[in-house]
Amino acid sequence: MKYMLTLYAAPGAEPAPGTPEFDAMMEEYMKLGEGIPGVVTFLAGEGLLPVETATTVRKRTGKVETMDGPFAETREHLGGFYLIEAVDLDAALRFAAEIPAARYGSVEVRPVMEY
Amino acid sequence: MVRSKCGRLWNINLTPERCLEQLVREDRGRLMAALVSRLRDMQRAEDALQEAMASALVHWGRNGLPASPKAWLLQVAWRKALDRIRRGGTEQRGLADLLIRADEVQDAGEDIPDHRLRLIFTCCHPALEAKSRVALTLRTVCGLTTGQIAQVFLDAEPTMGQRLSRAKAKIAGAGIAYQVPGPEAWGERLHSVLTVVYLIFTAGYTAGPVDGRNLCEEAIFLVRLVNGLRPDEAEIEGALALLLITHSRRAARVDELGITVPLARQNRRRWDLRMLSEGRGWLDKAIARRASGPFQIKAAIASLASVESGPTDWPQIAGLYQGLLRWEPTPVVRLNLAVAMAEAGDLDRALDLLHLIGPDMQDYQPFHAAVADLLARSGQGQAAREAYDRAIAMATHSGDARFLIERRAALPD
Repeated sequence: MKYMLTLYAAPGAEPAPGTPEFDAMMEEYMKLGEGIPGVVTFLAGEGLLPVETATTVRKRTGKVETMDGPFAETREHLGGFYLIEAVDLDAALRFAAEIPAARYGSVEVRPVMEY
Repeated sequence: MVRSKCGRLWNINLTPERCLEQLVREDRGRLMAALVSRLRDMQRAEDALQEAMASALVHWGRNGLPASPKAWLLQVAWRKALDRIRRGGTEQRGLADLLIRADEVQDAGEDIPDHRLRLIFTCCHPALEAKSRVALTLRTVCGLTTGQIAQVFLDAEPTMGQRLSRAKAKIAGAGIAYQVPGPEAWGERLHSVLTVVYLIFTAGYTAGPVDGRNLCEEAIFLVRLVNGLRPDEAEIEGALALLLITHSRRAARVDELGITVPLARQNRRRWDLRMLSEGRGWLDKAIARRASGPFQIKAAIASLASVESGPTDWPQIAGLYQGLLRWEPTPVVRLNLAVAMAEAGDLDRALDLLHLIGPDMQDYQPFHAAVADLLARSGQGQAAREAYDRAIAMATHSGDARFLIERRAALPD
């Protein structure tokens, strides 16, 4: 099954760039690209620039409305995602627990709709 | 009386209705487990079993009971499910072929393999809400009706029905595997199963019997089942011990008037000593395995609290609660620790601890009852009275309320 993992965290919750903690965290993120042999395959994953760079678009009665900022005002912001192929939910949850963001924020695991 | 085809002893004149009722009561879990393991879908399995039962009433009434009613039900349910899937459209037809092929590998004929452990682990998956785990286990493994489960939770039947459907849809949609977890997740997943069992047990104490189904006994049935299917596990034995020891005191918990009787004042002759000693036997076995865990500690506490004669060893109970904090650092465990410390004679430290957890515990009735008791003992009558008032107002069980009203009235002026 395919799962989308979305990473949420409060701004500033993760280690600051330039610190040894940051380097250790980046190394963990790099390793996630290998998946978990036999149960999880990495398909895609990206980190996002801070929420201040977000623009929200809506189209109502044919008119485009553009708004500075994210779709929802929440304390924790979407900061990145993974797309994985996992044998079952347990495998996906195992992978999710290894993402550093699970420690300082949270990771939402959602199955991808199959057509 | 002859040996039943339905399982237990039965009268030769047993009607198909009675036979089916008995079968479903005893074997619904096993049939569901077998069907889910073939169909990989709980809703589909439940619908198929429902149809097979309806069909059984017609056929068994006309042609008499089949040689093996259980195997008959399973076969018919299986065929009904395949029919349904085939009627569902082209891609569904592919699924039917796939299921048949997979099934050939595991077809065991007469003897239905016991897949109930998988079913239990699936129903108790931590990705489901705690209440849904309890409800789903009662429905699928214990075979309670949706109406009975709704009664346990004081919910409306349609609300409970929706909760069950949502849980089943999540299992299918989110890809919760129908399997017993491997070693990497075993400890955590087992704890979730045992917690569900324990919640069913405590619900039995609060809700009382529902339509003749006693949830305490259902919980004991479940933990015995898990213990039978996965023997030699210290925490499972600990949970079984905890339930048996606690349940052995059931007849002494309330007096003739329905008023709750605290342990210290219970009539020990009303304890079920056979059950108590069976519980202690499991606890001894568990402890010998040297794999400590919260259920064993709770069972040890229950065992120490159930002394047949002589004083209770409160210092040791307090020590065990201290140990339990390592597994469950919760305010509820701290509350119990405080009560044990007070009983052990350390009233001041107990009151300090209650003070510390107070902010987290304002909505928890047993907290106010404990505070009232400890204040009364330390001679703070007015403060005790106020705490009793809060505890009485929040009591959900009338026997508890009446016990507290008596205690409040007994306070010196």
